Amino acid sequence: MATQQTQVLGRALLTPAVALLFIWMIVPLAMTIYFSTLHYSLLDSETWSFVGLENFRYFLTDPAFLTALQNTLVLVGSVLAITILLGTPLALLLDQQVIGRSIVRLMVIAPFFVMPTVSALVWKNLLMHPVSGLFAWLATLVGATPIDWFNDAPLLAVILIVAWQWLPFATLILLTALQSQDEEQKEAAEMDGASALSTFIYLTLPHLARPITVVILIETIFLLTVFAEIFVTTGGGPGLQTTNIAFLIYSQALIQYDVGNASAGGLVAVVIANIVAFFLVRIVGRNLEA
Amino acid sequence: MGQITLQGVRKSFGPVNIIKDANLDIDNGSFVVFVGPSGCGKTTLLRLIAGLEDVTGGQILIDGKNVVDVPPAKRGLSMVFQSYALYPHMSVRGNIAFGLKMAGLPRPDIDRKVEAAAATLNLTPYLDRKPRELSGGQRQRVAIGRAIVREPKAFLFDEPLSNLDAALRVQMRLEVTKLQKQLGTTAVYVTHDQVEAMTMADKIVVLNAGNIEQYGSPLELYERPANLFVAGFIGSPKMNFVPGEAVGELAVATLGVRPEHLKIGKEGEGWPGTVSVAEHLGSDTFLYVDTGKLGMLTARCIGEFSLKAGDRVWLSPDPARLHRFDKDGAVIGT
Repeated sequence: MATQQTQVLGRALLTPAVALLFIWMIVPLAMTIYFSTLHYSLLDSETWSFVGLENFRYFLTDPAFLTALQNTLVLVGSVLAITILLGTPLALLLDQQVIGRSIVRLMVIAPFFVMPTVSALVWKNLLMHPVSGLFAWLATLVGATPIDWFNDAPLLAVILIVAWQWLPFATLILLTALQSQDEEQKEAAEMDGASALSTFIYLTLPHLARPITVVILIETIFLLTVFAEIFVTTGGGPGLQTTNIAFLIYSQALIQYDVGNASAGGLVAVVIANIVAFFLVRIVGRNLEA
Repeated sequence: MGQITLQGVRKSFGPVNIIKDANLDIDNGSFVVFVGPSGCGKTTLLRLIAGLEDVTGGQILIDGKNVVDVPPAKRGLSMVFQSYALYPHMSVRGNIAFGLKMAGLPRPDIDRKVEAAAATLNLTPYLDRKPRELSGGQRQRVAIGRAIVREPKAFLFDEPLSNLDAALRVQMRLEVTKLQKQLGTTAVYVTHDQVEAMTMADKIVVLNAGNIEQYGSPLELYERPANLFVAGFIGSPKMNFVPGEAVGELAVATLGVRPEHLKIGKEGEGWPGTVSVAEHLGSDTFLYVDTGKLGMLTARCIGEFSLKAGDRVWLSPDPARLHRFDKDGAVIGT
């Protein structure tokens, strides 16, 4: 952008894209805000009326909301913990020289490419099914009673499925980070007499601080909106046991046909996401500063 | 004590032989430089001594004990890496103390030793800084501090000055040499820079394609190169080589004469030629003289020399300073 002319030209050429993106964002947001102030049910779409903030009061005081919020946070937290605590050792293993390393890596990364609905169905019907599932078969082999995952531990079951999907992502990011670690530093540590464990604690972990932060931030964005896995496996139940905020909004809109209430819920979800993001950046974001 | 002996050391990576039968005696307290063109195996040889690579064959003795199966940390050596390899998230203090901490020394001892090492290297004001807040020369000194604090039997240096600018390199060269003499610790130093080798070394090992070509003091190598390779590698500008039969020495395959041992005359005696380029450096003048059948010869004259391209000159070699080589490149006579 050296001259005035290129600057003006650059802005002129960027304008359509920026305008389109802006409209793309602002129109749904404006409509959501508009709908959130209406009493508007699809069951009775002829009569709608302005109700102010009534929808927000209704949504926030609904006992389902607190349960869903709690479920959301438990889901996000558990999946983050599982993917990072398992992803780090997995990345360390994949960083080693082994025969068929490229195949192994491909296999490890594969779950990430499976569609959430498909993997949820596979887990539901082939692995966790209390009668014909693999886990049930393994349990009967050792004489234990099979667990009926989606009745006895539904949230745990959903957490396992989602963690399985996101583990490859964490592993992949951490693996790339490991490969960028300076070999000479590790050799210097070796000359300094550091054991493998000390090298990991004093060199590798600090080196991984930044990629772990990236994993936490990106995963959080997507885990706040987990939907397909819940929809396919438990449908939010039993009761509200696996209903998170995203699923709650869905059920308001398309099970109870209450568009106004669902819009209010959507806006609340936006605020929650921002609160979570704020705290995340406060806690781990300083790792991103160079 | 730090006596290092290599006996028949070999190293191959797959079918490629990097080091072929290296035999070497490094005396306690001496400063030995490995020098050679890139890919000659000098760094590999250093890493073999350090224990960062396993030998394919042969023995490495440190103070008479074979250490080929001893892990790096137990060999009592410390190494300064080309990239310095400082631990980026630790302070200077943490970097220097790391080895002692791993050795399980008590805290007060570590502090005392780190302070002492930092004082030796003028690093005391920077102890609490991170490596990224230091200049190149300071980082270099931290890397050296990390090496000396462990009081090793020998220091291993892997091209430690190659990332510094020219002026700093000259200064650090002096500092490293002074420090080594002061501590009296054996040092093995790898470089591709023959000026570094000549100025720092007690003894130089010239390596080429995995072979030790010659082992001797800097002046020995300069005055009595054992073969064509050493003759061509040591000295700048390079030694001139002319075929023996072209100058009437039929028993000699190649005759070598250094640029500084060619006398230049404006008439009469010696090998006639035409100046094609004259480089005036102020203190020296390098003349590139086209002598026809003898090829392009380089002559070095002290001071300013008023010759320019196209002038006709006669070059006469100092007969006492001629180097004669047989057809295998080995020196004839002594």
